[in-house]
Amino acid sequence: MMRLVLVGTSHHHAPVELRERVALDPARSTELATRLGEAVCLSTCNRTELYVAAEDADDAEQRAVAALAALEPEVERALYRLRDQAAALHLFRVAAGLDSLVPGEGEILGQVRAAYDAGTAGPLLHRVFRHALHAGRKVRAQTAIGESPASVSSAAAALAEQVFGDLDGCDILLIGAGKVSGQAARNLRSRGARIAFVADSKTDRRRIEDELARADVVVSSTSSTGYVLDAATVERARRGRQLLLIDLAVPRDLDPSIHDLDGCYLYDIDDLEAIVAETLAGRRSEAERAESIVSAEADKFHEWQASLEIVPAIASLRARAEEIREQELAKAEAMLGRLDESQRRAVESITAQIVNKLLHLPTVRLKQAAAAADGVIYAEAVRHLFGLGEEER
Amino acid sequence: MAELLFWPALLLYGEAAVGYFGDARHPGAAGRAATWSVRLGWLVQTALLAVQAVRDDGFPWGTWAASLNLFVWLVVGAYLIWGCRRPYRLLGLVVMPLAAVLLVVARAGGGTSVGTRSHYSNLFLAAHVGLVLVALAGFTLAAALSALYLWQERRLKRRAATILRRPAPALATLDRLAFRTVVVSVPALTLGIAVGLGRLVARHQRVDALVVATLVTWVVWTAYLVLRAMGWSGRRASYVALAGFVLVVIVRLVLPETHFA
Repeated sequence: MMRLVLVGTSHHHAPVELRERVALDPARSTELATRLGEAVCLSTCNRTELYVAAEDADDAEQRAVAALAALEPEVERALYRLRDQAAALHLFRVAAGLDSLVPGEGEILGQVRAAYDAGTAGPLLHRVFRHALHAGRKVRAQTAIGESPASVSSAAAALAEQVFGDLDGCDILLIGAGKVSGQAARNLRSRGARIAFVADSKTDRRRIEDELARADVVVSSTSSTGYVLDAATVERARRGRQLLLIDLAVPRDLDPSIHDLDGCYLYDIDDLEAIVAETLAGRRSEAERAESIVSAEADKFHEWQASLEIVPAIASLRARAEEIREQELAKAEAMLGRLDESQRRAVESITAQIVNKLLHLPTVRLKQAAAAADGVIYAEAVRHLFGLGEEER
Repeated sequence: MAELLFWPALLLYGEAAVGYFGDARHPGAAGRAATWSVRLGWLVQTALLAVQAVRDDGFPWGTWAASLNLFVWLVVGAYLIWGCRRPYRLLGLVVMPLAAVLLVVARAGGGTSVGTRSHYSNLFLAAHVGLVLVALAGFTLAAALSALYLWQERRLKRRAATILRRPAPALATLDRLAFRTVVVSVPALTLGIAVGLGRLVARHQRVDALVVATLVTWVVWTAYLVLRAMGWSGRRASYVALAGFVLVVIVRLVLPETHFA
């Protein structure tokens, strides 16, 4: 029977200096997967994992470990090795974003899909990856784990959407160009806003006021020791329009009393960090619900995999029963020959129903036993009791 | 038959109200279930109105209670246009309890049964009652949107740390939707009033308190549009909308007895 083997490392086990040495681009991931047989290589900035399906799990694990160690020998001590249900559960958690640095981040689902598409999946890996993608989508649909921003820059963009809705056509005035304000501006741009003007310390104050009159969002992050914009300037320039101001500077660039103006919403770095902390707390509480969804999906996968052990035994049992039924009907041919066509069909139907009813409960019990990890024992017992396969021997 | 349809409609609206309350506390399944309840409840109420229309020979919503039944249907129908979207579920927290209560009031006044007759002509009732009800339903929705605007604005002003955990529709969207709803509703009210006044003058009847209140309502909502054209928006416009809604309540619930009599 095919077994599922996982070997990999992630941000939980290895620092970035180590992870970057085993990180693989899509072409090399595909190449490695091809080399391992039926395999998928998932390589992101937070993890490099090899999922391998093979009859011999020990051999598959050794080959996977060797493949990663060939990239960087030191990684071997940071590798985790999981099999079957544990490996599937891990993949489901990864796809749902539950194993990510920021719980619920959405990018990972696309990365799992890309890895699956680029891998050399066979029946088992097809099944487990499709199931994982389904679990990931289900978690996103049924929980709010991925809906709230997880960084100051994305929180700023999300706030702008709370004020303006669609950011298409919104103008951003960027005052100063720090790292975080640049990220915030990029985040706003990715949602459709436009950077109308970037002001620096040399920009004329009058020009800033002119740009302020057109701006919808102001992002400020300078090293100025005084206020770059005060309430009077903002009131004069904005002419009654709504304005979101994001002050990422310490000391602050924007006069706090701007927030008191009608239609003006000023958020400083502390406000944004409080929002991020709150949303992360929300993600963690949603993660509990997500874990139960993932766990239920992993159980379903386990049941499917376990049923593979028992399916041949059930098929043999049914075939044997059908064979006996047909033999007995053939023996009774002399008597049945006197019956007309409809009577013959009735006898056929009754005998088939007797066989089905007799085998129904054993079939159900065998599947239950397979799910409870006793499948192999029960399958052997059935083969022994009914003499299945003895004719061939 | 009408009786059989009233109770499921009320139960579904009630379930929706409870569901939206649950969704406000823990967003998710309760909100989805509530939205389905609104859809099903509205379909059941549609069937109820259809039964009334078939059984009665003519326009069956000529009494104030029956017109309240139609009004609830219009409000919920208008809410359904946006209410299926997740951020607007919050609006259901206001609309659905109101719908459930008004449906009960309509039943108490006999507005959900069959056999109500009016001595007015069908054309007059459809034009006058229909248009006025469409307008009042629109104003109710605009007021709900404005209330949501003020709540969302207050959250932004308070810099609530939870603001992104329970996102609401954007301020600009709420402002725009409220305005558009009023833009459609004011002409409907104008026409409805014109039809009513035309008949009043033709028959030399007296102006009653409801007619006066309706005219004041028309003035307030028309002023809303004028002020918007003058540049009012956001918080100030929302307060005007809420003031207009107070008049809608008076017109819809406090004064109608005398007028319909």
